Amino acid sequence: MAKQDISARILRFNPDHDKKPRWQTFQLSVEDDLTILDVLNEIHWHYDGSLSYRRSCRSAICGSCAMKVNGFNVLACETPIHRFKSSTLRIEPLPGFPIIKDLVVDMEGFFDKMRIIKPFLVVSRATPEKEFLQSPEEFEQIREASDCILCGACTSSCPSLWSNEDYLGPAALLKAYRFIFDSRDDASRERIEQINDRNGIWRCHTIFNCIEACPKHIKITEYLSRLKVKATENSF
Amino acid sequence: MTVTESQNFHRLDAVIVGAGLAGLRAALELAKEGLSVAVLSKVYPTRSHSGAAQGGIAAALANVADDSEEMHMFDTIKGSDYLGDQDVIELFVSEAKKTVYELEHFGVPFSRTENGRINQRPFGGHSSPRACFSADITGHVLLHTLYEQCVHHQVHFYNEFQVFSIIMNNNSCAGVVAWDIRHGGLHVFHSRATLLATGGYGRAFKISSNAHANTGDSLALILELGLPLEDMEFVQFHPTGLYKHGILLSEAARGEGAHILNNEGVRFMEHYAPGKMELAPRDVVSRAEQSEINEGRGIDGKDYVYLDLRHLGRKKIMDRLPQVYELALNYLKVDGCTAPIPIQPTAHYSMGGIPANIHTEVIRDAQGTIVPGLYTAGEASCLSLHGANRLGTNSLQDAATFGRISGQRIRQFLTQAPLLTLSSDVLETAQHKVDQFTLGTGKERHAAIRSELQQQMTQSVGVFRSEPEMIKLKEKILELQQRFKDVKIDDKGAVFNLDLIEAYEVGNLLAFSQVIVECAIARKESRGAHYRTDFPKRDDENWLAHTLAWRNEAGKVSLDFSRKVNIDMNRYPPQERKY
Repeated sequence: MAKQDISARILRFNPDHDKKPRWQTFQLSVEDDLTILDVLNEIHWHYDGSLSYRRSCRSAICGSCAMKVNGFNVLACETPIHRFKSSTLRIEPLPGFPIIKDLVVDMEGFFDKMRIIKPFLVVSRATPEKEFLQSPEEFEQIREASDCILCGACTSSCPSLWSNEDYLGPAALLKAYRFIFDSRDDASRERIEQINDRNGIWRCHTIFNCIEACPKHIKITEYLSRLKVKATENSF
Repeated sequence: MTVTESQNFHRLDAVIVGAGLAGLRAALELAKEGLSVAVLSKVYPTRSHSGAAQGGIAAALANVADDSEEMHMFDTIKGSDYLGDQDVIELFVSEAKKTVYELEHFGVPFSRTENGRINQRPFGGHSSPRACFSADITGHVLLHTLYEQCVHHQVHFYNEFQVFSIIMNNNSCAGVVAWDIRHGGLHVFHSRATLLATGGYGRAFKISSNAHANTGDSLALILELGLPLEDMEFVQFHPTGLYKHGILLSEAARGEGAHILNNEGVRFMEHYAPGKMELAPRDVVSRAEQSEINEGRGIDGKDYVYLDLRHLGRKKIMDRLPQVYELALNYLKVDGCTAPIPIQPTAHYSMGGIPANIHTEVIRDAQGTIVPGLYTAGEASCLSLHGANRLGTNSLQDAATFGRISGQRIRQFLTQAPLLTLSSDVLETAQHKVDQFTLGTGKERHAAIRSELQQQMTQSVGVFRSEPEMIKLKEKILELQQRFKDVKIDDKGAVFNLDLIEAYEVGNLLAFSQVIVECAIARKESRGAHYRTDFPKRDDENWLAHTLAWRNEAGKVSLDFSRKVNIDMNRYPPQERKY
């Protein structure tokens, strides 16, 4: 472990006195095995307590700390500074979301879209005394999609969403996939109808940005394509 | 305008503080009945730390091997080192299967057996494979599923609200006052019932698996009201924390067959728990690790040992332990398929907490006098289900089961509970705290105080404890509490003031950490996770009792050991605990 000099360029915004975001650079000498979150903590704790950002679990499962670093949407907590070749770190809030303060963005719209797709299992049959039976293969259909931590990195990276904010976006559609392909769910037809329009599944132009952005490596575009196939089958 | 006319005033049937498994499960129980319930969370609900639980949720479904409620009960009692209340444990195991089936019906995607049942794996201290799992993200899928059900049943969430005070009317609870983190400003939540489900307090330690949010805020608020905390000396150290980071590597790794090795490549658990090896309970394995390290058999003589997955093979690692693999790779650049992973004990779980009876009603004394209108569930609570040491996968079960029980109990209470009146100075306590930081002109940085506290806590009330070290720690905490009075924050703004929240949290850490240390000094025996090098034996004659601790306004702690453990002497009398 060695010390490394870095420049952390952070996009700051304080609604109390900034009209628009501004860059601020912090020069630090830090251990080279730190993460982006460690760097933000270092600044917040020892240099400038007014820096705001979201963070909680530190282990890439809570989804709080998605942000843009040197052009990539990442989780700050799991991204070591040595992943970047440059000693300059450009740290910005997630693009495509309104900024509240510094690196904190407004995610209400993101969560509202999640509600549109009825994000809960619908069972219209009688429930069994024990568990519903589901084969390992059926579980496998939804396993990876269930990994989603709702961090917003995918949705933020989607050009289709940049040009049309009414688009449901990859995270909400992935959630729809997770239920439509769940062998226990009884509302799959209704769900397909919900997303089978131009602000739904057809707004995905298979650009693949979402896969690159996803910190859980979920093949989102592939699942969205399966939804398109399902939607096409349903309309005939 | 009075406070009750302001838009920052909310009148509800129930307010729930904390949106982890316990809080959400209780909220669901109330919302399904059409009661008005608000859930306050300092983070978005799906960010709660229940989501970080990995390995599974315990229930004797017997899907892959013989199992029974009686076995689950005995394992839990033995795991608790006989400090767990056996009436609570009995209720817990009798509800556990129902809880898992219900969660599955809500939509939890569980890993499956070949015949389509919920899959189960072995876990430390459990005598049968009892951990129902979803790969190694069980807590994550449980949390998200319960959140989905709450959305379905239109639970009202107040996200990013930090509770600053609990409202009392004489001896009963009438709600809470909370700070709106996003916009700034205090809100009054006036309610007939209040549930504290704020989770654990592992951030008092330097090496910790806990989230930044786990600062035990509601425990400090309980102390402030002159109410006691219970069994605070019992803090679980998890044996497989990622070296230096403290981040949890799931016990599922050992459940799937991982080994733990010292610098000689020896599976040293054969010297400490030959019957269970790596699958001994966490307190036992953590002590073994720390002993190896202290005796110079850490890797390169340093303060870590190895978790070895290599013999499991890449396929099993990727299918069953993808998160463990990913964490080691990202944080330490170690590929778990080809190299052993550096680990060390990490502060993980708080067996102690807010004392409550079997119905989750908060109690104020050793006689069990309840505080009307106030409830607690999950890790924040001490029922006491886990006694001196919790078994892995019993915590998700605890949160889900007692979250439901709490919701049911509150529902009953609400059929006759009055809405208590508020005094005109309802905001005063909370406003004073906000002002202390935003108007303060001190010199001390709260982060520096926290850092010193965490460092000392890990060193002096960690896996091994002794009186001289703990006395020094107690004095240190008193010094830090003095310095904290002179704390300053840089951010004086209203909107998303993280500086304010962290300063407030440090004050909370300092209050209950003092209680942890004083309880640990007082308990002159070793039991479960509390190990005294100067009193290395369990002493049932003198110490088979719960600890209640109060902290008065002057910061003086008083203790009471008259609350007896509920033990069925015919069925489960205390025995020596060997694995």
